[in-house]
Amino acid sequence: MSARLDVRGLRKSYGALAVTDGVDLTVEAGEIHALIGPNGAGKTTLISLIAGEVRPDAGTILLGEADLTAAPVHRRARAGLARSFQITSTIPAFSVRENVVLALQGAGGPSFRLWPAPRAERARAERARALLARVGLEGRGDHPAAALSHGEKRALELAMALAAEPRILLLDEPMAGTGPEEGRAMVDLIASLKAACGILLVEHDMDAVFRLADRVSVLVAGRIIASGTPEQVRADPAVRAAYLGDETATGAAP
Amino acid sequence: MRALALLLALFAALAVVPLAADTYVVALVTRAMIFALAAVSLDFILGGAGLVSFGHAALMGIGAYGVGILMEEGTREALIAFPAAMAAAGLFALVTGAVSLKTRGVYFIMITLAFGQMAFFVAQSLSAYGGDDGLSLAARSTVAGQRWLKSPVTFHYATLGLLILITALCALILASPFGRVLRAAKENERRVRALGIDPYPYRLVAYGLAGAFAGLSGALLANLTEFVSPAFLSWHRSGELIVMVVAGAMAASALGVRAGGAGRLGGAVLGAVGVILVEEGLAHLTEHWRIVFGPLLVLLVLLGGWRGRRA
Amino acid sequence: MSTTLLLVQVLNGLQLGVLLFLVAAGLTLVFGVMDVINLAHGVQYMLGAYLMVTATALTGSFWLGLPLALVAALVLGLVLERLVIRPLYGRDHLEQVLATFGVILFVNEGVKMVWGAAPLAIPMPDALSGSIRLMDGLNYTVYRLALLGAGLLVAGGLYLLVTRTRSGMLLRAGASNAPMVSALGVDIGALFAKVFAFGAMLAAFAGAMAGPILSVEPGMGDGLLILAFVVIVIGGIGSIRGAFVAALLVGLIDTLGRSFLTDLLKLVLPPSDATQVGPALASMSVYLLMACVLFFRPRGLFPAPA
Repeated sequence: MSARLDVRGLRKSYGALAVTDGVDLTVEAGEIHALIGPNGAGKTTLISLIAGEVRPDAGTILLGEADLTAAPVHRRARAGLARSFQITSTIPAFSVRENVVLALQGAGGPSFRLWPAPRAERARAERARALLARVGLEGRGDHPAAALSHGEKRALELAMALAAEPRILLLDEPMAGTGPEEGRAMVDLIASLKAACGILLVEHDMDAVFRLADRVSVLVAGRIIASGTPEQVRADPAVRAAYLGDETATGAAP
Repeated sequence: MRALALLLALFAALAVVPLAADTYVVALVTRAMIFALAAVSLDFILGGAGLVSFGHAALMGIGAYGVGILMEEGTREALIAFPAAMAAAGLFALVTGAVSLKTRGVYFIMITLAFGQMAFFVAQSLSAYGGDDGLSLAARSTVAGQRWLKSPVTFHYATLGLLILITALCALILASPFGRVLRAAKENERRVRALGIDPYPYRLVAYGLAGAFAGLSGALLANLTEFVSPAFLSWHRSGELIVMVVAGAMAASALGVRAGGAGRLGGAVLGAVGVILVEEGLAHLTEHWRIVFGPLLVLLVLLGGWRGRRA
Repeated sequence: MSTTLLLVQVLNGLQLGVLLFLVAAGLTLVFGVMDVINLAHGVQYMLGAYLMVTATALTGSFWLGLPLALVAALVLGLVLERLVIRPLYGRDHLEQVLATFGVILFVNEGVKMVWGAAPLAIPMPDALSGSIRLMDGLNYTVYRLALLGAGLLVAGGLYLLVTRTRSGMLLRAGASNAPMVSALGVDIGALFAKVFAFGAMLAAFAGAMAGPILSVEPGMGDGLLILAFVVIVIGGIGSIRGAFVAALLVGLIDTLGRSFLTDLLKLVLPPSDATQVGPALASMSVYLLMACVLFFRPRGLFPAPA
């Protein structure tokens, strides 16, 4: 079930440096909202603020009706806020399937069963198989997560995020480091998800952003300087001056 | 499968000891198995959940004092004293764990060390129960009124039975969905949180269970030596238990048993038996056996590279 | 409980606090700067006392023996750093615990073999023996006052060293970003070795100074090491200021608890219960303090910036 993410007046400073400087941002149900900006603009900090790893100095974060501003990471995740990490984050010693099973366990709420639960485990394994198939990892379930290729790890991360049937998905540079083929597959995959949930997409790959996004916001020095449809943003002179000019020239820079 | 084979081979070897050895060796091996039980309970949280507890001897000692104090107060029955010892040690682990588990890494090591030392000093100040000198037990515990534990061989098999039971229990828990959370949080806590799971309550439950299991080993140790003293809780002994777990894990991985996961509990058994026997052997050679054992430990770490470099 | 007795115990508590600080300072620096947990720090305190025994016996003088013992401790610190600690940089904390635990076993046993297991004494220097009248009915040993003063002086000097000098600046920079400092052309390895040996010397100084008022025996550093851990955990790992505040706090609470808690409990409990509970509670007091501090501030009173 999708829901609206509503971020208002978010601020975070480290000493005198305002890394997030009054950001307002919404992600509507079923849309892909892309966040772009030069390196050091504060994109990852913003994701961390929304995911709950960093506490804001001011502002509110609402998911549907629920105020998550003060909730710890795990409670936000339980409320329907799932994420992928910029630097791939899985459980390397687990098999690919066990990674997804763990994610399904998280989605199922706390369980203190100390003994094996074969029936519930079989159900989870079945759902894990379906999720892995959805992200193109069918047949890879028994491999150690550490042995996957970079692109496959990114797909596994996505499967883990999807396990919770999230209402909002935070994707921090899902395309980073993938080859051209894997990148195309990832774009198709992300496009197929938007019926299920709203997506906040942080991405450097401009082709992908303009193919996928319903709306684009541009973050520069902790502030959103422009927001609108891809065409509007592309045409925005401030954006061209501050950002697009050099980025489009280098193409799909990391 | 190799992990299971290692465990079965170890248990089989321990089972035949009384058939082939004299009373002295049987008592030595029983002692080794008691420490193996404590090492398994430590490995359950250390290897299983990544919690480096440096106060495990205190949990063992609380179990030992539980038996000693109850006997002093007139309760000799193991079916009462052993569960009470486990409950006392488990409760101490839950209360200190509630604070310690709020911290990470080296803080956790130091805090568990400090709480262990706290229990040590309290044992020292129990003047009604021997204080610094310790407390001699009138006899070994009875089981359902029977004096079975008096026989070294029966005691040996009772200890082996409990060791097998607790090892199997720890392995099952680590393999369960609960154990999966522990193992995952050890590898990547941030990821686990982002999946909607707070590892804290899982770790606390595991820590309490490990405390109860360590308490059981202490109850056995008190019966074996028919004596308890504050030295049971000393931090040197906590250090020795860590040595057993880590040396055992290294030995196990040298034998091709995958380190990590439930499989490594066999390593803890191997490590405990090995360390007790090496100590005993060195002590036969020289009263200053630590002058050899200390550098051995340093070499083990410097040459072994057990878990490699931190990320 | 008279005011005089209270004052004496406050002075004793401060004196324990100062000793704790000297040991904890090295521990917190080594951990804060190098990310190494060094259990062997307690044996460096013990070695300081034993080296002092030998050095005073050789020279026949406290004042000649002290610098000799300190230089020897510094050299031993450098040797330990080179042989055991250096290979442990960047390794797992568990491995550091194990290796330095091995060092403790070795040194404790070695000390027994070289100096024997029986407690030894260091003669008090003539100039500092005797006691001084602080007020009516309050006589206090000159040596203990000197120990307190020396500890405070070292604490002040250390604070200036860390906050005001180039080495101190490098040290703090190295702690927060070692690769960056090394990229600036500073030899991080040499800096770490210096810090380690300096910390060892501080601990040895504490041991040497404590020698004349305590008995010098194998394992004497173990108890102090654990109290020093409590101190740096309460103070916040890596913080000299935190170590100072926490050391005085722990010294005072431990000393006053042992002296007065039983009597205080007698006010609310039957005397027989109080004599049972008092000592147990007193020996728990610093750990309870630690638990309370950590419950509210998991990174200590003065957490080092992340």
